[in-house]
Amino acid sequence: MNERKGQRFIALCMLGMVLFNFPVLALFNVAGTLFGVPVLYAYLFAAWAAMIAVMARLAESSD
Amino acid sequence: MLQGPVIILTSFAYLGLLFAIAYYADQRADAGRPAIASPYIYSLSLAVYATAWTFYGSVGRAAIDGVGFLPIYIGPTLMIALWWIVMRKILRISKQNRITSLADFIASRYGKSALLAGLVTVIAVIGILPYISLQLKAVSASFWILVQYPEIALPGQSGAMSMREDTALWVALILAAFTIVFGTRHLDAAEHHPGMVAAIAFESLVKLLAFLAVGVFVTFGMYNGFGDLFARAAAEPRLGAMMTPLEGIAGGYAGWVWLTILSMMAIMFLPRQFQVTVVENLDERHLNKAIWLFPLYMLAINVFVLPIAFGGLLRFPDGTVDADTFVLTLPMAEKREWLALLVFIGGLSAATGMVIVETIALSTMVCNDLVMPVLLRMRRLRLNERADLTRLLLGIRRGAIVLILLLGYLYFKLAGEAYALVSIGLISFAAVAQFAPVVLGGIFWKGGTRRGALCGLVAGFAVWLYTLLLPAFARSEWLPIGLLENGPFGIGLLKPLALFGLSGLDQITHAMIWSMLANIGSYVGVSLIGTPSAQEHRQASVFVDAFREPGGARFWRGTASLPDLYNLLARFLGAAVAGDAFRQYAAAKGRRWPEDALEVDAELVHFVEVQLAGAIGAASARVMVASVAKEEAPTLEEVRAIVDDASQAVIYSHRLEQKSRELEAATAGLRAANERLQELDRLKDEFVSMVSHELRTPLTSIRAFTQILFEDPEVELEQRKKFLGIITKETERLTRLINQVLDVSKMESGQADWQAARVDLKEVIGDALTGMSQVFEERNIRVDVRLPERVPPITADVDRVIQVLLNLLSNAAKFCHPGDGRIEVELARQGPALRVDVRDNGAGIDPADQSVIFDKFRQVGDSLTDKPHGSGLGLHISRQIVEHYGGRLWVESPPGAGACFSFTLPLDLAAAPRAA
Repeated sequence: MNERKGQRFIALCMLGMVLFNFPVLALFNVAGTLFGVPVLYAYLFAAWAAMIAVMARLAESSD
Repeated sequence: MLQGPVIILTSFAYLGLLFAIAYYADQRADAGRPAIASPYIYSLSLAVYATAWTFYGSVGRAAIDGVGFLPIYIGPTLMIALWWIVMRKILRISKQNRITSLADFIASRYGKSALLAGLVTVIAVIGILPYISLQLKAVSASFWILVQYPEIALPGQSGAMSMREDTALWVALILAAFTIVFGTRHLDAAEHHPGMVAAIAFESLVKLLAFLAVGVFVTFGMYNGFGDLFARAAAEPRLGAMMTPLEGIAGGYAGWVWLTILSMMAIMFLPRQFQVTVVENLDERHLNKAIWLFPLYMLAINVFVLPIAFGGLLRFPDGTVDADTFVLTLPMAEKREWLALLVFIGGLSAATGMVIVETIALSTMVCNDLVMPVLLRMRRLRLNERADLTRLLLGIRRGAIVLILLLGYLYFKLAGEAYALVSIGLISFAAVAQFAPVVLGGIFWKGGTRRGALCGLVAGFAVWLYTLLLPAFARSEWLPIGLLENGPFGIGLLKPLALFGLSGLDQITHAMIWSMLANIGSYVGVSLIGTPSAQEHRQASVFVDAFREPGGARFWRGTASLPDLYNLLARFLGAAVAGDAFRQYAAAKGRRWPEDALEVDAELVHFVEVQLAGAIGAASARVMVASVAKEEAPTLEEVRAIVDDASQAVIYSHRLEQKSRELEAATAGLRAANERLQELDRLKDEFVSMVSHELRTPLTSIRAFTQILFEDPEVELEQRKKFLGIITKETERLTRLINQVLDVSKMESGQADWQAARVDLKEVIGDALTGMSQVFEERNIRVDVRLPERVPPITADVDRVIQVLLNLLSNAAKFCHPGDGRIEVELARQGPALRVDVRDNGAGIDPADQSVIFDKFRQVGDSLTDKPHGSGLGLHISRQIVEHYGGRLWVESPPGAGACFSFTLPLDLAAAPRAA
């Protein structure tokens, strides 16, 4: 079971590398706002928070 | 209200509070009820990552390029996602081997090399100096700015430089004293500092609250929330571009990526992070909470960075206020004295936390891995004989703390003013990133060697010195600036900021590319070229297989005495601690100490070495244990144990597999050869018995008739003639048989005599038929001959060709239809050869026999009941002859249509003769 947990973490890290990198970042590097916050800022913090949420779930899971 | 004395008093009161917390935590720990054994405190202590750089510098960076500060926190988040694999392993290794610092870890992995430990220490100390100077700069600047209240003035603008430098020096000295009190009150074998951890965790809370307070004040006090703030900023033409800032970021996307990678390494390899994450860790399971709480902390402390940056840019539009100070100057400009003081305390927390942990970690390294190994090797000092070394150890550490802080101050004085906070910090990040290849390589790759690690570190560090530290000094005019613009000695290719002509990148990206290339290249290359020693081999196994191996004990072999081991431990840890350690060890074995004698085995020696490693580092501990415990050279058993490890086993099993495959192939070949030999032997026996049998038949009849003639002189003349005729015929048969046997043996041994002459096959067939005509007439056989007008000649031995023809014709005569015999002989040209067919109208040959009739002595039919019709050698010899000339002899026998023997002889014989 430990092995699967490790693989999930690796996959999450790779996903993060994609989310916080070119070209995905460039897609959000546009003018405009989301709830009053510039799109890029909103995206960065939202994606970051989502990632932490998944990490919490994974780390606290029993298997 | 905010006068100097008030601020100083508050600061000292705050430091006093920290000390009280630390003291309480230490007391609890000494009483065996540690107050910090909680995953939450562990997570908060990791937040020592957020220093004055985060507290003041992030806003400064954000005011220049928007989100450019974020990779420094997103990178660690990505790395922490891998902690469950990487950090858990490092924790396990460190606990098994009592690792007390990064230098210890690296040295331990590569064969407990003292040289490597020293090198890592030097790199860490030099690399971290800019970072420490950053804290001094931040604290002294914030103090200086706060004192100017209500004015907003910036250091450097007035003639305040010397006063600020004095402040920085005072800060350095006070922090040194504080750190000494915190970190070196007594010596702990495991380098645990529960008091320090508690204070750091508290400081993490304070700096987070202070920063959030400013953030909330700016966002919701000065403006009406995020939307309002961003909308106003966007309306400013000069700030509008910062809403989509990624193109403008230093180094563009490449700069973003490298900054992420750099931060991923920093979170692992900054000495203070290693200290709080690994050395101070009490329970591996705390990691599960830290994996998400610590990133959450980083997220929280960054939420308000952009609002504060924009708030500051809007509030001070003329650019007179350094963005690095917005956190402090915004509350001051709004006349919020208490908030400003809280901010100052928050910044102080961030800076002191970093300085305390960093200098404790560095002083441990300097003491254990740099000074002690040298002192222990100096026989003149007779350290080995000193009874108690704990005071000396503590003294060295205290000296190291003061020295490191003073060096940090020196760096601040020399190079600190030319850079913003973030840029100073990144220079240190790049330095500690040099540890990544040897550590990560070390725990996942057994092939890394001591030499490889040394070369990698030296190469990477040299590039770092040249491309990052040198320019920092040059910019501060301590070195000629021409060095940067024209390269050393005017060599353009060696320009420190565009090495080998690589330009167009920001400084950090440029330095990282070259230093990582040099570092990883040397580490991997040199490791692969050399071969590791036995010691390196075992340590590689201990590290890489940390989750499999029970520990390193089984590798030790030697002799030692119990008092020697105890005294050794007591000298370095003090008698009380040493006694405790021995009691615990004995208790674990179910015995009592000192009442019961302990068995001096590998486990005890390993235990002592590990305890000692906690105090003086693995490399020194090994030297000391070796001085009292005579270690014997690795035996075959040990070598086998090393060979046992998985990777080796796999290689060996691959080799074994290959060898056994080769063996199998060889065996199969031998078996085939053996079978062939047996077959030949059997054939030879058969041949001999056949020949004897064939010889005996005519001999028997010759003997019978001569006996009759000899014993009975009365035999009539007619009868006598008949008998003598039979004897003659049998003798001829005997002669023929012997000739054939000789022929066979000659041909098979390659000694046959082949005459070469031009032969007209048509004529030869005519001669053969003439020779056989008597036989045909006797048996009343009709012979049909079909010969072409003329055929080209062939080159062959006439006698041999006639031999073949006679053999085929006599066979045909023997086997053709008994009453109405008919034989057809045909000659024709077939391609580049002549073909002869001899067909009879007999019973034909069974398909199963067609392939064997050409073997020696093979005759069709039951050899027991049928009388043999010949020697059984004729066809064999014929085939040998035909094949010698490159032709072919075969038989076709459709059922019920007689047999047809055919052979070919090539026309162009000069090119094709073959050995028989």
